[in-house]
Amino acid sequence: MTEVSHQHGGSPSRQRGQRGGGDRVMVPEADFTSYYGRAIVKPAPWEKDIAFYLFTGGVAAGSSLLAAGADLTGRPGLRRVARLGSLGSLGLSVGFLVHDLGRPSRFLNMLRVAKLTSPMSVGTWILSLHGPFAALASGAEIVSMLPASWQRGPLRLVAVLGRPAGLVGALTATPVAAYTAVLLADTATPAWHTAHEELPFVFCGSAAAASGGLGLLGAPVAQTGPARAFAVGGAVVELAAERRMERSMGISAETLHHDTAGRWMRASTLLTAAGALGALVGRRSRLLSAVSGAALMAGSLSTRMGVYEAGLASAEDPKYTVVPQRERVDRGVPVRHRQ
Amino acid sequence: MIGRNSLFGPLDPAPDAGYADAPPRKGFFTDTSVCIGCKACEVACKEWNDVPENLFQMLGTSYDNSHSLNANQWRHVAFIERPGRAPAPDQPAVPTTPPVDIGMPTVGAPPSDVPDEAKPDFQWLMSSDVCKHCTHAACLDVCPTGSLFRSEFGTVVVQDDICNGCGYCVAACPYGVIDRRKGPDGDPRVGIAQKCTLCYDRLTDNQRPACAQACPTESIQFGDVEELRERASARVATLHEQGVMDARLYGNDPEDGVGGTGAFFLLLDEPEVYGLPPDPVVTTKDLPRMYQRAAMAAAAMLAGAAVSFVRRKP
Repeated sequence: MTEVSHQHGGSPSRQRGQRGGGDRVMVPEADFTSYYGRAIVKPAPWEKDIAFYLFTGGVAAGSSLLAAGADLTGRPGLRRVARLGSLGSLGLSVGFLVHDLGRPSRFLNMLRVAKLTSPMSVGTWILSLHGPFAALASGAEIVSMLPASWQRGPLRLVAVLGRPAGLVGALTATPVAAYTAVLLADTATPAWHTAHEELPFVFCGSAAAASGGLGLLGAPVAQTGPARAFAVGGAVVELAAERRMERSMGISAETLHHDTAGRWMRASTLLTAAGALGALVGRRSRLLSAVSGAALMAGSLSTRMGVYEAGLASAEDPKYTVVPQRERVDRGVPVRHRQ
Repeated sequence: MIGRNSLFGPLDPAPDAGYADAPPRKGFFTDTSVCIGCKACEVACKEWNDVPENLFQMLGTSYDNSHSLNANQWRHVAFIERPGRAPAPDQPAVPTTPPVDIGMPTVGAPPSDVPDEAKPDFQWLMSSDVCKHCTHAACLDVCPTGSLFRSEFGTVVVQDDICNGCGYCVAACPYGVIDRRKGPDGDPRVGIAQKCTLCYDRLTDNQRPACAQACPTESIQFGDVEELRERASARVATLHEQGVMDARLYGNDPEDGVGGTGAFFLLLDEPEVYGLPPDPVVTTKDLPRMYQRAAMAAAAMLAGAAVSFVRRKP
């Protein structure tokens, strides 16, 4: 296959081999026809920023839930870690999004409309609603760390508003974690679209595991009970939903096992399972809790990277577009409005 | 505007988008059985729409060196070389008494001195591909800025000055048509999503799109979609009568996965042979279900967080 190096408008820059992408062949290649092995759908022209954002958005969402819970139940150590984690990951999220778009005004440009048919528009509004409240709660945490003599005037107001803002932040948090699944699934990218039933559960589970992991990493052991439960529950949901997702994906589930995506997904399973186990047995050990928390966070990041890379791989190989559609046509059940 | 079939099913897109007195829907019928692969459509499109260079490279894929539809290629002629018919055995490769050339001037191609039976077993399929201007256009639905819009002609057009280059439409298109422009350096639309506008500017001036105007064989026909659909059905019936049983229409069915396309095709082989998806479905058909599943997952996460704090003494 000819490598196309110099071109300005086209999409063949990541072109690979002919038919089937030249992967190691584990099973006989599905027999299908293509136009010189060229891709049909185009892969999302996104940088890894977006995969990182899937992770940091999940950490932000889960952290603001834990922060509100810790605030209400009198766990100042957990609250501090969660609120600072929420602020940090929100900042990183906006940073990744703006970097992917090129400049901040392009993010603001999305606020000129609210479109329900565009998960990106919906997500922009969700983030714009959640962000200020979560950031205000985190601001209150920072104020509480200042010397008492400074906590006056406007800073005093921020401190007072911390709890109500944190509650609003918590109620608006889970959509931040869930919408990113719809963002990926609402595309023609085979490995993302076919995952649309289970991907929200994978991503929400992953967000809980990562944010709980952050709590385990940073909070005093005596206060980590809820973070531990949240993390382990999230890890179990993520692992179970991911397995179920692969069954509904059909042929494009292959992309979760090959190449870069396959390595990320194997790392994800290993780190998430080990992290959850460590979190369960290490409830009295500061060190084991911290290591387990870090493993859960790394597992969540790996999940996001794996799903992201699998989608790109499934778009670059025409097999994942043609074979399922050809099968529908050959079985006499193409998608029609009136069956 | 949210109507009954706004996400899936037969629909007249311009009235659904809110136009009160929309003109009849406009589109292309590309009859590939008469395409001669001259690429006049590619050239006319680039000239009229000021579409910059795509790539300068010999791809080694028959006469196709423009690769694919993309931001800098709004018409793309596909060339497929395949066996034409069963080889004729026991035929001499050349006639025994070749005619003598006495050097007389002629017009057009000289008559072939090879009998039909001895010609190589070879056929070209040529097809000029273009944006389909779907009834249910995923690119338009997912655009977060409103840059992509439905025109009064039922076509789908990008507003360059509103696009923020997010690239969502690129991943959403089931045909892989729309793309972000990557170059050349200095082009004002680098980073902006670009595709065929069905020559929106020409349409508003009662002109045919540049590609249809330039097509010498009327392989690219422009007109009202309803009328073009009838013309296409008649053409396919004629070809079937003439024994061309491979002729089939692609994209003409308003019941299909994208609600029918404004630009549809007569093909002589399976769609995937031409690089077209055999049964494309607009991704937003499943969007209500996706939101439903996401809402369930979000609710479960909130409940999970609450349960994590219940009955735990600090």
